[in-house]
Amino acid sequence: MSLENGKAPSIIFKDVSLSLGGEKVFERLSMTIEGGKCTCLLGPSGCGKSTLLRLLSGAPSFAYEGTINICSEGGEAEKKTAWMSQNDLLLPWFSLQDNIILGAKLRHQVSPAVMARASALIAAAGLSGYEQTLPAALSGGMRQRGALLRTLMEERQILLMDEPFSALDALTRMKLQNLSAELTRGATVVLVTHDPMEALRMGNTIMVLSGKPAQVQCRVALADDPPREANDPEVQKHFSILLNELLDESSQ
Amino acid sequence: MKGVRLVVLAVGLVCLWQVVVTLTGAPHYILPDPVRVFQALLSHFPVLLQHLQITGAEIMLGFLLGVFLGTGTALTMFLSPLLKRWVLPLLVISQAIPVFALAPILVLWFGYGMASKVAMAVLIIYFPVTASFYYGMQRTDPDLFELARVMEARPLAIMRYIVIPSALPAFASGIRVATAVAPIGAVVGEWVGSSEGLGFYMLHANARMQIDVMFAALTVLSIMALFFYFSIDYLLDKLIFWESKQGIM
Repeated sequence: MSLENGKAPSIIFKDVSLSLGGEKVFERLSMTIEGGKCTCLLGPSGCGKSTLLRLLSGAPSFAYEGTINICSEGGEAEKKTAWMSQNDLLLPWFSLQDNIILGAKLRHQVSPAVMARASALIAAAGLSGYEQTLPAALSGGMRQRGALLRTLMEERQILLMDEPFSALDALTRMKLQNLSAELTRGATVVLVTHDPMEALRMGNTIMVLSGKPAQVQCRVALADDPPREANDPEVQKHFSILLNELLDESSQ
Repeated sequence: MKGVRLVVLAVGLVCLWQVVVTLTGAPHYILPDPVRVFQALLSHFPVLLQHLQITGAEIMLGFLLGVFLGTGTALTMFLSPLLKRWVLPLLVISQAIPVFALAPILVLWFGYGMASKVAMAVLIIYFPVTASFYYGMQRTDPDLFELARVMEARPLAIMRYIVIPSALPAFASGIRVATAVAPIGAVVGEWVGSSEGLGFYMLHANARMQIDVMFAALTVLSIMALFFYFSIDYLLDKLIFWESKQGIM
């Protein structure tokens, strides 16, 4: 079920500056988000992580300076993204299946192929039998799985995930992190989180963003593919480093 | 359970009415007792039914037209911020004018027939319908718009699948208010000038000191208004199936 249609594009920020409400959020921010990998943006609340995702999703109200290049090996790549937020945003009047194909519905592109893909994803996420269930009758974990499938249905190579698992209990969160890592393999994933353990389990690269205006304070690259177990030596090794980094930033 | 509650309430009210009549010793031309009113209801039933049809038609037409116009205005204001800036103050000003004071003017303009009563009902329900639908649409979760934008949604599809369903619970509150007040508009219109309808028949009976007939007309009007309210309430609960029940019963 992973996205394997060519290598997903990289995202290169070069001297990006953005002000919102007179306050500088980013000033000459430069960084590279590697294509086809999961990059976790870690940082304290209000440091601009979510703003960065909105910038990537092309929010029209964000007039920034500098360049954001989205490029694959063959040059310029498609800028289309899919977005998943902390709130599942499932429409309460639609069944789970209709929520999963929402993008196609909103573009008037529902087809047998779309329905078949939705069914395959629903089965892969262990939601078979709940296709016609309304969101109100689903558990928090199932709802968030639905939101993940809706994101994957878009078949975009860049997935923007804004603290998607933060509202879940620890066990459900862990299961969903595993499912998400498996289903999003091959895509360029930008995952915003404030949880260092989540970043270490999910990310190929972790960037700690902090300061005002925000800058990348620390960058950790992990060797093997996610998801990693919590007791993985690499996770253990970097956990205290990241935690100390975050504590230092929040005490400043 | 719902049916039992309704019967208990109705019987309780009739008993209370009888108690008030007995305790106060009010003469029947001031406050007739329930039995007398029931007898008047039976003896005047055919003619009451005839007037009920007129008032019922006025209420239904006023309701449908008011909901149609209110919905149209709310959609226009939501889709065109420029028009909204002009229409919203007008809407608020229009509410500052007491609608009942307009009744004689409406009768003067639209005549003694059904049109003036329909206009009155439209005027009285237009604001709650417009305001509830407009503010309902306004309260759509901004993140849903962001999601739709990233999904490259078509504008009409956003309205159909996201904005209008989001607004329905608030809109339903407006419709419920409209259902409750539409009969007031029609009856006040009939009081000011008409030759048929339950409001007219009440005045007619009042002038002849047939207070029991007046109460019988009032009873018929109340039963119809309740039936109208509960029917709409039932339909709204069916339409907004994802919300917990909002109805009063």
